Amino acid sequence: MTDSSPLLSVEQLHVAIRNDHGISRDMVSGVSFTVAAGETLGLVGESGCGKSLTAMSILGLLPRPQAGISGGQVRYRGEDLAGASRQRLRTLRSAEIAVIFQDPMTALNPVHTIGRQVEEVLRLHFPGLKAGDRRQRVLTLLEDVGIPAAAERVNAYPHQLSGGMRQRVMIAIALAGEPKLLIADEPTTALDVTIQAQIISLLISLQQQRGMGMLFITHDLALVAQLADRIAVMYAGKIVEQQPAEQLFASPRHPYTKGLLAALPAAAEQPKTRLAAMTGQVPGIDQMPTGCRFANRCPHADDLCLNTDPALESFTDGAAVACHHWKKLND
Amino acid sequence: MINPLLKVEDLTLHFPQSQGFLQPKRLLRAVDGVSFSIQPGETLGLVGESGCGKSSLGKALLNLHRPTSGRVLFRGENIAGLSDREKRPLRRKMQIIFQDPSESLNSRHTVGTIIEEPLIIHRLGDHRSRQARVNELLDMVGLPASAADKYPHEFSGGQRQRIGIARAIALKPELLVCDEAVSALDVSVQAQILNLLLDIQQELSLSMLFISHDISVVQHMSDRIAVMYLGRLLEVAGASSVTGKPRHPYTRALMDSVPKIGSSPVERAPLSGDLPSPMAIPTGCRFAARCPHRTELCTREEPALIADPNTAHQTACHHWREIIATTASAV
Ligand SMILES: Nc1ncnc2c1ncn2[C@@H]1O[C@H](COP(=O)(O)OP(=O)(O)OP(=O)(O)O)[C@@H](O)[C@H]1O
Ligand SMILES: Nc1ncnc2c1ncn2[C@@H]1O[C@H](COP(=O)(O)OP(=O)(O)O)[C@@H](O)[C@H]1O
Ligand code: SF4
Ligand code: SF4
Ligand SMILES: [Mg+2]
Ligand SMILES: [Mg+2]
Repeated sequence: MTDSSPLLSVEQLHVAIRNDHGISRDMVSGVSFTVAAGETLGLVGESGCGKSLTAMSILGLLPRPQAGISGGQVRYRGEDLAGASRQRLRTLRSAEIAVIFQDPMTALNPVHTIGRQVEEVLRLHFPGLKAGDRRQRVLTLLEDVGIPAAAERVNAYPHQLSGGMRQRVMIAIALAGEPKLLIADEPTTALDVTIQAQIISLLISLQQQRGMGMLFITHDLALVAQLADRIAVMYAGKIVEQQPAEQLFASPRHPYTKGLLAALPAAAEQPKTRLAAMTGQVPGIDQMPTGCRFANRCPHADDLCLNTDPALESFTDGAAVACHHWKKLND
Repeated sequence: MINPLLKVEDLTLHFPQSQGFLQPKRLLRAVDGVSFSIQPGETLGLVGESGCGKSSLGKALLNLHRPTSGRVLFRGENIAGLSDREKRPLRRKMQIIFQDPSESLNSRHTVGTIIEEPLIIHRLGDHRSRQARVNELLDMVGLPASAADKYPHEFSGGQRQRIGIARAIALKPELLVCDEAVSALDVSVQAQILNLLLDIQQELSLSMLFISHDISVVQHMSDRIAVMYLGRLLEVAGASSVTGKPRHPYTRALMDSVPKIGSSPVERAPLSGDLPSPMAIPTGCRFAARCPHRTELCTREEPALIADPNTAHQTACHHWREIIATTASAV
């Protein structure tokens, strides 16, 4: 069940990046979305679109001094996080909001066993738990995330595990504290599809049991189709389209979303035939177009597009689109 | 029947692993008895979980790792284990491209030099004709002639892969091994490179071994697909049969794990556990530890890869007929 008041709300977020010449520019530019309890918002887009910067800014994890929030608000249950102290963010991070990033090595402590790292989180969150019960919970958690022979592996160090297993340990740590909000940034991108399926089904079942809200970031459209309630499509630092998941795949409105879906090999009618590839690539921060950021790749761009950045317009069916011409193009 | 361009017979590639002082050496059986063939102009896809031996197989074919045993027949001539000198004329005919082209592109050389180098090594043409060939190759891969004077770092990932492809086709090879050639690229750029590979294949009547962990990409590019597990092939058949009507329990689980737009999310992961270690390959069927259908026979006897006489669909499983008859696959 989804609660109507959002757990997380991001409003007009701007994240500035300082380039090699010391010039700051907004890479993320006016991003807004909400995540309710029990809901999964999928944030998709190609690499370099600003998905990770958006995720990192929520919990004050932006790499300083190159990157920083340059505008907008991030609220967790109404509380302003963009202006919160580091201490407060750290508390939230250990108590309410968990993050999983793509590379588990940066988040695991190399000198402690994986069992100890999971136990640490339990000790913090459930101080009343007896030592024996706590160790049992560690095993259950490791089994839940699909670590085979968990009892033998609790005493292993991160470097002794495969990449897939390390990622699963990360997820066990993130879930140990029973977070209310999970921010997962490409959590399965480095894993085999078989392991990915294990982790996705685990996340879905945990979410159903606990009503956890989830911001799931990925470049994989088929994957996000499996688990998101709503999907926001990001391009060059902006959300260009947002729709309920099924509706997005059934009737994409923004030319970029359409282009992405059409370029997938699965969209081809015949094998071994040319795909409907978009031309060009995602612009870097120093080449951001002034009008619509997609204009140099869009087959429908006109003078209006080149000069004026389209605003994200919301509709009653839960969709939002940032394109001057989408309506005309869909008729 | 036409003669195959490439015929591989019982190929093995074992890596001795030193375990420390006075310990016996253990063998890592990366490729462990693989046989298949590729027809002229045909693409054979190769899929399987990380570490199953796909790259090792690709490298053993080209003698980049000297095979431990077995035969690699190129146009009927065995090239496994030839010395560098002896295999040079054949190396012209077989080329490989990797995931990260920057590793194989010398960063201190201009793109022109990089593409020209194989022509120099094989003493083809004079300086002027080589320059003309470089321009022709750049044009074929969709790069401007001005690219010749630039350095690899001045290009994006997709453009670097174009440079890698230009270099690989400089000698007009007959077989191209693509090892995760588009795996690092975003959807839109990936589609551009896949289109380029399809165009080039047509133009040069290339045969390809197309290795990728992305099954939808392999499905689109391949005529037939081989499924690898712990150093062996478990199933080889036409691309649409492998992805749409798989017979081997492992292939079925693998295909069920692939997220698809429009299919409902996985309730339960189709496969649990990980790939066992290639240093401790079990007796009997290699997949038995993860197979829900295993019997006593499976753990005793390794099933051979046997072709269905009617369809040439090859499967290595003692029980696939009964399993297919009694279980529904979600594929
Ligand atoms: N040069 C080497 N020396 C020793 N072991 C190796 C070597 N190259 C590969 N291996 C081992 O051989 C096995 C197969 O590796 P390989 O790289 O062929 O797998 P792969 O199927 O290509 O995996 P991926 O999908 O991750 O690329 C692995 O256990 C790997 O660790
Ligand atoms: N620490 C940093 N310093 C400089 N540029 C950065 C930094 N982090 C990200 N960027 C740039 O910001 C853009 C968006 O990055 P990111 O949020 O990581 O994209 P995504 O997660 O969508 O792939 C990219 O162009 C990237 O190069
Ligand atoms: S605003 Fe114009 S350029 Fe941008 S996506 Fe819409 S039609 Fe294309
Ligand atoms: S041979 Fe036996 S264990 Fe192996 S895949 Fe077939 S049924 Fe499963
Ligand atoms: Mg990212
Ligand atoms: Mg590999």
